[in-house]
Amino acid sequence: MSALRIARLRKRFGAQEVLKGIDLEIGSGEFLVLVGPSGCGKSTLLNVIAGLEKAGEGTVEIGGRVVNDVAPKDRDIAMVFQSYALYPTMTVRQNITFGMECRRVPRPQQEEALARVARLLQIEALLNRKPSQLSGGQRQRVAMGRALVRDPMLFLFDEPLSNLDAKLRVEMRMEIKQLHRRIGATMVYVTHDQIEAMTMATRIAVMHQGEVQQFADPETIYNRPATLFVARFMGAPPMNTVAARLTGGAEGLAAIIGAGRPDEIRLPVPEELAARAGPFRDREVVLGIRPECIAEADRRFGADARHSVPIEAPVEMTEPTGAETIVLMRLGGEALLGRVSPDIRLPVGAPARFALDTRKLCLFDPATERLIA
Amino acid sequence: MADRLTPARVLIYALLAGFAAFYLVPLLVVVLNSVRTAEDIGATSVVGLPRELAFGNFERAWGSYCIARRCEGISPYMWNSFLMVVPATIISTLLGALNGYSLALWRFRGDNWVFGIITLGVFLPEQMKLVPWTLVLRDLGLTNTIAGLVLIHVVQGISFTTLFCRNYYTAIPQELLKAAKIDGAGFFRIFWRIVLPLSPPILIVTVIWQFTHIWNEFLYGVTFTSGAQQPVTAALIALSVSVSEAPQYGVQSAAVLIAALPTLLVYLFGGKYFVRGLTAGAVK
Repeated sequence: MSALRIARLRKRFGAQEVLKGIDLEIGSGEFLVLVGPSGCGKSTLLNVIAGLEKAGEGTVEIGGRVVNDVAPKDRDIAMVFQSYALYPTMTVRQNITFGMECRRVPRPQQEEALARVARLLQIEALLNRKPSQLSGGQRQRVAMGRALVRDPMLFLFDEPLSNLDAKLRVEMRMEIKQLHRRIGATMVYVTHDQIEAMTMATRIAVMHQGEVQQFADPETIYNRPATLFVARFMGAPPMNTVAARLTGGAEGLAAIIGAGRPDEIRLPVPEELAARAGPFRDREVVLGIRPECIAEADRRFGADARHSVPIEAPVEMTEPTGAETIVLMRLGGEALLGRVSPDIRLPVGAPARFALDTRKLCLFDPATERLIA
Repeated sequence: MADRLTPARVLIYALLAGFAAFYLVPLLVVVLNSVRTAEDIGATSVVGLPRELAFGNFERAWGSYCIARRCEGISPYMWNSFLMVVPATIISTLLGALNGYSLALWRFRGDNWVFGIITLGVFLPEQMKLVPWTLVLRDLGLTNTIAGLVLIHVVQGISFTTLFCRNYYTAIPQELLKAAKIDGAGFFRIFWRIVLPLSPPILIVTVIWQFTHIWNEFLYGVTFTSGAQQPVTAALIALSVSVSEAPQYGVQSAAVLIAALPTLLVYLFGGKYFVRGLTAGAVK
C-alpha cells in the first residue's frame, strides 16, 4: 500500500497555474523530499497534501484513502512549519498536548504520549517554558515534538531548518534523518536546499514551475539528471553544462567541446551511453559534467584507464575551501568548474593539466533540454 | 548621549512649559473653584485663589445638590454612566476582537469590502445618526433607557474596535493558524485558546478608547434619555441650567471633577499599556 499517492494534481491561484499535473507515489516508511527554487510550487503541493489548500483537479490519497474532501485534522498527518508556529502563549507542554486536547484524547494517554516524545527529543527540561524562552534549535525540537506526539500516517515538513544557523542546521538534519530511521515513519519534506534533499531523502522530486522535473532516488537524480534544470539545480557547485558536438568514428562516439577551435577538446563517450546517443551523431548536444569529474592530472577514475582522459586547460580562478579546491578553467572556449585536491597549487592564468572522468558524462538534447544519455 | 543645556534647548523647554501652562489653566480654574465657597466666588470672580479650603462642594455635588428637582447630587447619574459604559465597553470590545480575528485571519471572498464598510462607521458624524437611532430605539421600545444607550454605543463602537483589533491581528502569522487547524482546532477554539491570549495589549487599548469615548459621550445621552435615566454628562448640563438662585460655580466645578475622575483613573492605570499597545507587534 502506498502511504501517499498524488495523481494528475492541478492547482491555480487566479490566472496563475502553480501545480501543472503532479503525479507522485511513495511507499510506507519513505522519506520524500520536494526540492526546487522558490516559487516552484513545492510549498503549495505540501499545503494541498495537508488539506490547508484545496486541490484544483486530481486526487490526493493518504494511506489508500482519497482525502480531497477531508479536513486537515482528519487526514492523519502532522506538520512542522518553517517558523515553527508554536503557540506563543502556551508552554511547551501545552503546545505538544494541544492537538490531543482538541481530539479529546484522555488525560493519562496525553501524559504518556508527552513523556514518550519529550524523552525521544530530549526536551523534558523545557516542558514548562514558553516558546519565547527557547533557542532556535529548542523551538525546532518542540515543533517536531508537536508532530511526533500524534503518531500520524504522514509527517509533513515545510522548510523546517531554514531559520537555523548553518551549524545547527547540519545537526538537526542528521537528527531528523536518524529520527526517520528510528521510528520508520513516512515523511514528506519541502526544502530549497539541494544538500538537505540529497542527504535526507530516499526519494527526491525536483520541482520547477509547477512541474515535477524528475522523481527518483538521490543517486539517480545526481548522476543521471532527467533535465538540464535538474542538472544545474542539484549539486554545489552545480554540474557544468556546455555546448558540444557529437561525432562518430571507428574508435566510437566522441563529444567535442569548442569544435573547430584550436583548443577543442575531444571526449570519448562511454559505450553504455553511445547506443542511446546514436541519433544525435553529428549534431549539437549539451554536455553535462560534474565538477568532481575534473580533477588533478594524476587522478584515476575507475579501473579502466580509458575513462580518465588527460586534458590541458588555462586556470582562470581558484577557490580553496580547505577540503578541496574549486578551479575555474577554460575548456574549448567554455568556462568549466573542476575540483582538485587541496594540496595542489595551480597558478592562475597559466595552463594546467587535469584528468577528466568520462563515465559520468551526461548528454542533453539542446531543444527539449532532456537527458539523451 | 549627554543632554547639554544649550540656549536653543532652554528656549524649547520654556516654550513647551508655556504651552503646557496655558493648556492647564481651565483645569486649574475648575480645581480652584471646586474648593471655594459660593460667597468667596461671588465676592471676587471665578478666577481667584480660595480664601479657605471648602471641601463641602464635593459632598453636595455628589449626594445632595438638586438637579432637575431631584436632590441627590450626581451620584445616581454616575451610576447610570457605569451601567452604560461597562457593558457597552465589554461587548463592543469582544465583538471587535471577534470581527478583527475573522477579518484578519480567516480570509473570505469580499473580506476587504466588509472591513471597508465596517470602518466607514469611524468617519460618520454622530449627528447624522440621530434620527435613525430615534426610530430604532422607538421600535425596540428602548427609548429613554440605559439599555438603549448601551445598544447605541455597542453598535457605534464596533467600527473602532474592529479596526483596532483587525490591524493588530494581521501581525499574527498564518502558519500559527495552519498549525492549529492541523491540530484539530476550529474557529472559536483558535480564537479562545490562541488569539485571545495574544490580545491583552490591543484589548487594553480598545477598552481605554471605548471607556473614555462612551463615558464622555454627551449628544446621545442628552437626546435619548431624560430625568433619572441620564448619564452623568447629560446631568452636568442639567445641573448648570437648573440653577435658580445664584450660580453655584463651586458645586459645578466639583461635579465636573467627580465626573471626569473615572476616565482619568482608567488612563492613569492603563496609559502605559495604551502607548505600548499602539506600537507593539502581536507576536515576538
